[in-house]
Amino acid sequence: MGEQLITSFIAAAGFGVLFNAPRKALIQCGLVGMLGWVLYYGLASEGTDAVPATLAGAFLVGGLSKVCAKYYKTPVIIFNVSGIIPLVPGGLAYDAMRNLVENDYNAGVQLAAKAGLISGAIAIGLVFSEVINQVIKKAGRKRKAK
Amino acid sequence: MDVKSTPPSITSVCLLAGKIMLQSGAETHRVEDTMQRIAASFGKTASQSYVTPTGIIFSIDGTDPTNFMRISERSTDLHKIAIVNSISRQVTNGELSMAEANDQLKQTDLDSYSFSLFFQVIAAALVSGCFAIMFDGSWLDFVPAMLAGAAGYLAMERFHDWVEIRFFAEFLASVIIGLLSLLFIHLQLGAEMDKIIIGAVMPLVPGLLITNAVRDLMAGHLVAGLSKGAEALLTACAIGAGIAVGISFV
Repeated sequence: MGEQLITSFIAAAGFGVLFNAPRKALIQCGLVGMLGWVLYYGLASEGTDAVPATLAGAFLVGGLSKVCAKYYKTPVIIFNVSGIIPLVPGGLAYDAMRNLVENDYNAGVQLAAKAGLISGAIAIGLVFSEVINQVIKKAGRKRKAK
Repeated sequence: MDVKSTPPSITSVCLLAGKIMLQSGAETHRVEDTMQRIAASFGKTASQSYVTPTGIIFSIDGTDPTNFMRISERSTDLHKIAIVNSISRQVTNGELSMAEANDQLKQTDLDSYSFSLFFQVIAAALVSGCFAIMFDGSWLDFVPAMLAGAAGYLAMERFHDWVEIRFFAEFLASVIIGLLSLLFIHLQLGAEMDKIIIGAVMPLVPGLLITNAVRDLMAGHLVAGLSKGAEALLTACAIGAGIAVGISFV
């Protein structure tokens, strides 16, 4: 687990560099990415299926980025993007492509479907945290109006 | 006519802000939101905008001429998005006049905040190595993945300067990654070719496009979301095809 913590932090912060994130935000990018990945990895190694595990990871990344964005007054996309990257099913997509190239269409399509589902889980996780954020915002506004 | 002598119009300030954001890879709904906020803070509350990844249509109200801006070059530059965001925040708070905002935006458009290529390649190398470990690779694959990833990223940046078509640059970079991974396995420097390749292609993966596509779709920007999704899919296919070509040289 320790090596997962360190590598995911470096990977997410490194993506911050590749995407030209503001230098001050790199550490936060790394932290958001690390926490999302660790949640995913922990759930997956406990036996949870990859799809719900990804959903949980993406949800956490979405929520944390929103908090960071609010706190540092920067667009949410800065923290979001490098945090999501570790969850993107790059390995699965690669396996699918490789099987297709080797004429093993059955395995290829299976893996591709799984990769598609995981991408969908990332989307749903992000949307969930967005929805919750909007609900909180609306609740806050109503309280102010009273 | 001297450009400087004419005062900047609200439309031009809004369009400039929108252009910088879109070129830096912001979500289209954020671009529209920013332009409308800037216009509103200058007293034009009925502005209309329609943004797709390749162009901006902006109208200040029903009677003024509608303006159009074509966006042909897009890259990823989160720093510029943050700067334009803070400028628009200052404008909304009334801390910046229109002329000041215009000057600052022009400066932002010209400036380059990107990390040096050397630093980017180092980051790509670290990312690749770490991903090889994260996907349960052994530490034996760390250095080969780093080297292949750095070479792939550098190749993509270089090819992109030569070839106009980005997908082709990604394809060629993936071919190089595939070939290098084969070479490392052949020289018995790495343990598993799959892990090396997965790690090394990660810097090329269109992560920003995927997240943006989803966020745009959810914000109701169907056209922008779908076109970004298509771009991401094409990139993924280019990478996959490149790797396939690379490793079939056995």
